[in-house]
Amino acid sequence: MATRIHVQTTLNGEAVEFLCDSRQSLLEVLRDDLGFTGTKEGCSNGNCGACSLQVDGVLVDSCLVLAAEVDGQAVNTIEGLASPAQLHPLQQKFLEHAALQCGICTPGFIMAAKALLEKNPKPTEHEVRYWLAGNLCRCTGYDKIVRAVLDAAETMEASA
Amino acid sequence: MLEYEPNIVLSNAEYNEVGKRPIRHDGAEKVTGQARYGADIRLPGMLHGMVLRSPHSHARIKSIDTRHAEELPGVHAVVTAGDLAQPSSRVVDLAEGVLHNMRFLSNNILAADKALYKGHAIAAVAATSPHIAEQALALIQVDYEELPAVLSAEEALKPGAPLLHERLATMSNANLRPGGTLDDDDPTDGSNLANQFEFRLGDVEQGFREADVIIEHETATAAIHQGYIEPHAATAQWNSDGTLTLWSSSQGHFNVRDQTARLMDVPVSKVKAIPMEIGGGFGAKTLVYLEPVAAALARKAGHPVKVMMSRTEVFEGTGPTSGTQIQVKLGATKDGRLVAAEAHLTYEAGAFPGSPVSPACQCMMSPYDIPNAWVEGFDVVVNKPKSAAYRAPGVPAAAFAMETAIDLLCEKLGVDPLAFRLRNSAKEGTRAPTGPVWPRVGFAETVQAAKDHPHYAAPLEGPYRGRGVASGFWRNNTGPASATAIIHNDGTVKLIEGSPDIGGTRTSVSQQFAEVLGIPVTDVSPSVGDTDSVGFTSVTGGSGVTFKTGWAAYEVAQEIKRKMIERAARIWDCEVGEVEYDNGVLQHAKDPEQRLTFKQLAARQNPTGGPITASAGVNPGGAGPSLGTHIVDVEVDPETGKVTILRYTAVQDAGKAIHPSYVEGQIQGGAVQGIGWALNEEYFFDDKGHMLNSSFLDYRMPTSLDLPMIDTVIVEVANPTHPYGVRGVGETPIIPPLAAVANAISHAIGVRINQLPMSPGRILETLWNEQSRNGG
Repeated sequence: MATRIHVQTTLNGEAVEFLCDSRQSLLEVLRDDLGFTGTKEGCSNGNCGACSLQVDGVLVDSCLVLAAEVDGQAVNTIEGLASPAQLHPLQQKFLEHAALQCGICTPGFIMAAKALLEKNPKPTEHEVRYWLAGNLCRCTGYDKIVRAVLDAAETMEASA
Repeated sequence: MLEYEPNIVLSNAEYNEVGKRPIRHDGAEKVTGQARYGADIRLPGMLHGMVLRSPHSHARIKSIDTRHAEELPGVHAVVTAGDLAQPSSRVVDLAEGVLHNMRFLSNNILAADKALYKGHAIAAVAATSPHIAEQALALIQVDYEELPAVLSAEEALKPGAPLLHERLATMSNANLRPGGTLDDDDPTDGSNLANQFEFRLGDVEQGFREADVIIEHETATAAIHQGYIEPHAATAQWNSDGTLTLWSSSQGHFNVRDQTARLMDVPVSKVKAIPMEIGGGFGAKTLVYLEPVAAALARKAGHPVKVMMSRTEVFEGTGPTSGTQIQVKLGATKDGRLVAAEAHLTYEAGAFPGSPVSPACQCMMSPYDIPNAWVEGFDVVVNKPKSAAYRAPGVPAAAFAMETAIDLLCEKLGVDPLAFRLRNSAKEGTRAPTGPVWPRVGFAETVQAAKDHPHYAAPLEGPYRGRGVASGFWRNNTGPASATAIIHNDGTVKLIEGSPDIGGTRTSVSQQFAEVLGIPVTDVSPSVGDTDSVGFTSVTGGSGVTFKTGWAAYEVAQEIKRKMIERAARIWDCEVGEVEYDNGVLQHAKDPEQRLTFKQLAARQNPTGGPITASAGVNPGGAGPSLGTHIVDVEVDPETGKVTILRYTAVQDAGKAIHPSYVEGQIQGGAVQGIGWALNEEYFFDDKGHMLNSSFLDYRMPTSLDLPMIDTVIVEVANPTHPYGVRGVGETPIIPPLAAVANAISHAIGVRINQLPMSPGRILETLWNEQSRNGG
């Protein structure tokens, strides 16, 4: 067996080390080896966005990132978004707007929307739709998701 | 005219909890990533399973050599069809509310003597990692004898066509959908026609003689996939006492348990199915694919095994809905009265019988009062994946034919299409062409609300723009359902229900429970019970959960109320009849000093007779059909063929919207799936029947950028049989969009397209053909 790769990373603010095979994706290591199953697998080829998360602040499909690539970088997943006391405004607005049905795409949508609002705190409806076009939802028809993101942007802007 | 708001509820009754919009109980888990779905389980010693699939559309399996795979380090088990039971190929009733052919089910899960479609499961491997399992698959040697494939219903029905099942019987019963084989001593030849049936009402020939205007119309639709984002996943573990535990993401874990028990040849009592959260199903997760494979692998390996599908496996190995061909003929009088209708529907079942042609036949004409009708259905097996249920199974394609034909009829008659629908709408007492006499239905109300909506009167100007309308009917299903409540000493409640929750039904069921008892829904903590903790519950399907499981919760609450009244009577030393229960407060009728709240009495339950619990199992009739009417504005780009949805309004009768936000969500999601079906989605097959677009990049589902907001109007015409008037809402909204969008495109470009999807290529081809026809 090929030598396993030693990776040192920061996962949701905590230092984490792991060994991985060169062929393992970040998604596989997170889910199967580290037990972080909040990030979902929908297609494994970068088409559905269910595995969206941030690496050094950049939104990525973690199925397209090799685990070995995150050495020395900061990985942020859905599990790190809420504080113990409070949901993130995006999470809260998804609940209030009923912006999820089955919920499998929800972590990916929330992570993608977070990255959007970091770049563009006051997006228009069109900008939200454009940014989120890489995340597929089959249940909602997107209406309530778009409303939740717009409302979260307003809330975050007001409290900023 | 209705006041314009994006989402309107035309409410018919007010309650404390029913009709409100509480935050769903399972919401926080789902927005934080804590909720556990099918693939999120990991057990000590767990192996990873993977399935070998047929590279051929039709082939005899001469031999399977698994030795090299078994010898690969890390591989613990390899299984083939011989590891599953091979039951009789007769239709059986497992009392689940749907019929089965267990042989066909077994042979779809793992192919026995023949591979019947590309992607058909042949064998499976369990290994210490998915990568080793994948390597092992490549070491399995299958000796195939390739056979000619039949790839369309037309080919399959030709005399001398290759047969998928040499002894397949042709049924003549719309209810025997699973199909079956001929008895050994039956001299009849086998066929690819699994079922042929018809419905007649009145005298259709005479009806057409009375018609002043007759339309004849033909449509075709491609096979499309349900497209849920979560791939199938199942995990199995054999315990040391010989019992089997399954963790599965399905629309019905009781069915998973019952069917897996039969295919493993063990009593149902030895199997426990634990429902994981389910990441969408839309009908296709009512079929069992992986659980018996995981169970067979786990039994052989002596370890728990998890099997997951890749996205390509989901496309190639699980149910699309049928490709269809439909002929429809309508006759009306000059004054716009439908007098006769005829339709012939041919649906591709895929490799095993059971396309949804029967519900298609039963629903396509149901919005209307038609005195003379003839509807005929053909279920045809072809070398493509076995079709599975998809949201209002079969009906959207049938409504595409019917509702575009009505548009043609209205154009010819020069009448407004909504006025025509109002004139001909089915109402209470109308006999449907396929038999049933309708109870109170809310069709005319949805059409009227659509007519009254500002969208319908809004100007739509400019070239290549058009507006379309269409309606849809879904009968809604019921089925056995169970719930159990445990009252805690602090007055909060545990409610265990049997229905997997795909879209907020924990809450819509809890709201009905809380309403009966006059307690806040936030005091109810619902969960979906495993098969050992709550009674049998049929699948989350047929738009049935809020209806049937809500009803079970209603009955449980009534029982809790009776028990609380008995306890109060004991405390106050009075007759039960002297205790009044109102809005969560128990009161002595004759002594106003004697008063206990639900919470106060809950605290005294143990000293007054012990814990208060209740269970109910129901199988209520009268699911109550739901009808909808949609309006859509489109713009067609003549350079690229792309269709843009400019505005969309969906009106639907919900009976009573228990949680209006999730009713709106069902309507919006259904409408958007219908838009995808109309415009982009299709399986592309090559001439060998191999799917060419088995990824989400090439199988083009709608994205957020493809759509506007989807405005909804919820009409409430109470279902007279349900305690709160509920009608199921999930499926109806996928029915109208196909025809509504087609009608809008036709009005935008002046040419009708009778084939789905109306993708850019097809639109351009249509425009170019039209130009050359006009000498352009």
